[in-house]
Amino acid sequence: MDGPPVVALDEVSKSFGAVRALSGVSLRLLPGEAHALLGENGAGKSTLIKTLAGVHRPDAGQVLVDGSAQRFSGPADALAAGIAIIYQEPTLFGDLTVAENVFMGRQPLGFGRRIDVAEMNSRTSELFARLGVKLDPARPARGLSIADQQLVEIAKALSFDARVIVMDEPTAALSAHEVQRLFGVVKALRDQNAAVLFVSHRLDEVFALCQRATVLRDGEFVWSGELSGETPDSLVRRMVGRELSQLFPKEDTTAGDVLLSVRRLTREGVFTDVSFDVRAGEIVALSGLVGAGRSEVARAVFGIDRPDGGSVHVRGKKLKYGSPTAAMAAGIGFVPEDRRQQGLVMDASIERNTALASLGRLSTFGLLRRSSERALAQDWAVKLRLKFAKLSDPVGVLSGGNQQKVVLAKWLARKPSVLIVDEPTRGIDVGTKAEVHRLLSELAGQGVAVLMISSELPEVLGMADRVLVMHEGRLVEELSRADATEERVAMAAAGQVAR
Amino acid sequence: MRNLLRWETALVFLLIVVALTGQVSTDGSFLSGGNLFYLGLDIGEIALIALPLTLVIVAGEIDLSVASVLGLSSALIGWLWNAGWSLETILPTVIVVGALCGAVNGLLVTRLGLPSLAVTIGTLALYRGLALVVLGDTAVADFPSSYTEFGTTPLPGTNIPYPILLAAVLAVLFGIALHASSFGRSVYAIGANEEGARFSGIRVKRIKLILFVLAGAVAAIAGIVYTFRFSSARADNGVGLELAVVAAVLLGGVSIFGGKGSLFGVLAGVLLLGGLRNLLILQDTSTEVLTIVTGLLLLVSVLAPSITRRVGTLRKAHT
Amino acid sequence: MTTQLDTVAPPAARRTAARRLTTRVGRVRELGIVVALALVVIPTAIVNPRFVQPQSLRDLLLNASIVALLAVGQTLVVITRNVDLSVGSVLGLSAFLTAQQFADHPGTPVIAGIGFGIAVGLACGLLNGLLVALGNVPSLVVTLGTLYVFRGIDYALAQGRQVNAANLPDALLDLGSARIVGIPILVLVTVVVIAVAAVYLRSYRSGRELYAIGSNPEAATLAGIPVAKRTLTTFVLSGLVAGLAGALWVARYGTVDAAAGTGLELQVVAAVVVGGVAIFGGSGTVAGATLGALLLGTITSCLVVLQIPAFWQQAISGALLLSAITVDRLLALRLAKALRTTEGTSHA
Repeated sequence: MDGPPVVALDEVSKSFGAVRALSGVSLRLLPGEAHALLGENGAGKSTLIKTLAGVHRPDAGQVLVDGSAQRFSGPADALAAGIAIIYQEPTLFGDLTVAENVFMGRQPLGFGRRIDVAEMNSRTSELFARLGVKLDPARPARGLSIADQQLVEIAKALSFDARVIVMDEPTAALSAHEVQRLFGVVKALRDQNAAVLFVSHRLDEVFALCQRATVLRDGEFVWSGELSGETPDSLVRRMVGRELSQLFPKEDTTAGDVLLSVRRLTREGVFTDVSFDVRAGEIVALSGLVGAGRSEVARAVFGIDRPDGGSVHVRGKKLKYGSPTAAMAAGIGFVPEDRRQQGLVMDASIERNTALASLGRLSTFGLLRRSSERALAQDWAVKLRLKFAKLSDPVGVLSGGNQQKVVLAKWLARKPSVLIVDEPTRGIDVGTKAEVHRLLSELAGQGVAVLMISSELPEVLGMADRVLVMHEGRLVEELSRADATEERVAMAAAGQVAR
Repeated sequence: MRNLLRWETALVFLLIVVALTGQVSTDGSFLSGGNLFYLGLDIGEIALIALPLTLVIVAGEIDLSVASVLGLSSALIGWLWNAGWSLETILPTVIVVGALCGAVNGLLVTRLGLPSLAVTIGTLALYRGLALVVLGDTAVADFPSSYTEFGTTPLPGTNIPYPILLAAVLAVLFGIALHASSFGRSVYAIGANEEGARFSGIRVKRIKLILFVLAGAVAAIAGIVYTFRFSSARADNGVGLELAVVAAVLLGGVSIFGGKGSLFGVLAGVLLLGGLRNLLILQDTSTEVLTIVTGLLLLVSVLAPSITRRVGTLRKAHT
Repeated sequence: MTTQLDTVAPPAARRTAARRLTTRVGRVRELGIVVALALVVIPTAIVNPRFVQPQSLRDLLLNASIVALLAVGQTLVVITRNVDLSVGSVLGLSAFLTAQQFADHPGTPVIAGIGFGIAVGLACGLLNGLLVALGNVPSLVVTLGTLYVFRGIDYALAQGRQVNAANLPDALLDLGSARIVGIPILVLVTVVVIAVAAVYLRSYRSGRELYAIGSNPEAATLAGIPVAKRTLTTFVLSGLVAGLAGALWVARYGTVDAAAGTGLELQVVAAVVVGGVAIFGGSGTVAGATLGALLLGTITSCLVVLQIPAFWQQAISGALLLSAITVDRLLALRLAKALRTTEGTSHA
């Protein structure tokens, strides 16, 4: 446990354009420890990981391996230094076999430097045996579940005796059983003197697995030390920089008519038989693990994906399958999960983004009224207290929180009666987060039906009038505000529903 | 946005340079009325096809089959004329067939989610092949002079050829569609971020289909112009013209990755390409060199953005 | 502990199902080409039995082998999610320069002349590769540009001249006509190139990395694969093979002008795609591409035998290309859905 760090970051800074992702961050990973990296979304964790991976080069500061400064010119250098990264979204080659994914670039060679496929497959099987799983090494990687894909990545790390293994939210999409299996693997790696950097939002897991932790906030180093003297509350305080109770101001409202009604909605292999109602003035949270099918249900309700069966009604009127246009005409607004890819056109200006869902009502005979467009954007920028220089600036220069406000403005400009928000506060600063929560609460107060998807349990518990929990594509639990506790939601999300 | 403006300013500047050097090196014949008329005739088809293709490329797609649609429409004109149809029926028919060709491209791209590059390479071969099947290697030339004389005479009292008048009218329409309508807004949004556009309720598939249909229809119109201008309907009319059109559009500052560009820039690009080619022809340069120059222009205009970006980061690294 | 065993067992069974499903789809795809071949050959043989005699089969192989050669290089490029449209022009340039070399320097040894053609192709491929790998722009646009640049250079150098068989050494022309055990040497050379490329793609690390790049470019970068270098290499190899094909073109046809190989790129891309090399990159084999080239070559021969105008050739290439990408897409969608459902049911 003691001894010099295997890998260390020393006062590392990294900026992207005007955005400072890391400023003067240090980290020391000791052999034989599991080290937690904590921070809210947007705190700089993924930039730190990519610096370790050799993807980003630091603007200032150093990466030290065994005490000597290294300049990684690319991911290959980091791999050569024994650093393996297991990304949140596994990065496999779908067309190649599982064994090839494990040994890419390091395949065992036989006669004439040719790849020895039999040897490669049997070594892969051995690795899987060490991990206690059965996976066919010769099957293609395409079609593997996320848990299995992570196992392939772990086997890859094992295959070259990585000395440092970085796991970026490895448990987000795993069931309780799979999490236990993963923990067994991590402990075994630790016992073999590898250093594990563990990134997770779930503090119970952090305490169960890790000895030390480092906390980041807004790209800056906050704290690093032993976990033994800490409590979940003390860690959260370090992460958010203030008390939790200041957040989540949902006020009680009386629920009105059913505005959104989903019946037996099914998309084969993704989610099955999902039924629920959302009433005017209600905030209903859709909870569950990443990959349980929450966002997929939202996408199908809004018409992005075409369901295989079931129905969606808005104010009693049935929606056409697979048509966002129909969903919007019926009064649904959708703030999607991935702001950069789905919510905004990053190169386009604030006003163009704000107007994007309202083009029809801003035009006469198809010709756009520029003044109306500007007035609309101006109006909502003031209402949502958007911080910006000019409305003609591209949204890409705004902070995450202000970008999210533009997405919200785009939909609120349509005066929706049903608003679906998917991870509405992911990666935005604490102040804006509170503003978003207040806004959602106000909307509910005005009679909007809000369906909220969130991975943050405190947000779910604080904001929702009712909590629906999904597990592996099915709705497994419905809890009223009074009944919803952290334990009950987490148990249901893991598929263990108390009946 | 600022980058784009700078690119267009540079294009206009280059145009002036080409015009002046042309004027000096040809002792004043480059900008003479007679030569401008031929320059206008020469770029007619390119200018026409570049209009819808700009929208297609801004939307993040590409259509390489346009020159083959031109050839197919030319072959059809010859075949139907030989079969005794009247030109009044032939011309609308040909435009409809062009639109259908575009619809096939568009449906394969939007319904099956195939990359437009692959689809339109396929239809590049298919439509040209159909043109050959229809007309073989024969030429049909006996069109009434009332139709072919616009290839030799300008608008009364001017030096403006008829095809340029047609291109100008269409340019205004396409300019309004791209820059002043909600349709154009959607086209930019699709090109910049297709998924984001879909999540904003924009009918991505329908709009792309419309763009491909427009490209096909306008390419067929260009085929009509080409046929009557040379008074010759042939299956191999306009072989390789897609190169010049794509080169002109990219030269005009439209990003090959979609989402960026303006119709004004493209028109400047068409003029620059046409002017350069015309100047080379005036100086008795062989057609081979013209091909090389067009190819090089395409390479330069597709590489220019990434080179300027690279130089920019290098310069930043030095300061 | 028993619960743990329970939950491990069923996934293992499902995995083999997934593997079977994937291989089955692959088989169906290859079988499709064989069936298509049969559909073309059998009726033609019935109409004209001479079609299946050794001499006409030899001609068929000779005609197909130039496209097959180019298809080998194209396969390498397409697997990495790129495309090389300039191959026809590279072939033309190499063919003309090689022929001119022999004509101007009558003493040139055959090997040296062929080496010269290969060098011309390699230089063209290097230019393509540098533009694509360093310029970071779509290879399709770059090679569309070089298609015309190379062809233009070809015409400019030839200036309307052509080189005739009389000016070429007999040893070279023999390559195009002589046989070993009844098989033309040209065909044997093609087979060797195909075999080398097939082994490289299947059994060498850098060959497998090409699949990785095409399958998931971002993951390839993260896995430390030198993406730009490998991409450059594929274009160099494609150019090199096109250069060789140019030299062999001279040997085969004897008469060469600047137009040699015009429009051949469409046939080559069609052959590769029809042969099951995914246009999205990441999968496909040289053997498949060869089958595709053979199918296209057979169709051309059949058109001649059945006295159908050669004008149909291009339309058929285009139609085959379109049907191949359509079928591939539909199969991929089916497979994705099937894999998704196997996944889903196992959870229930």
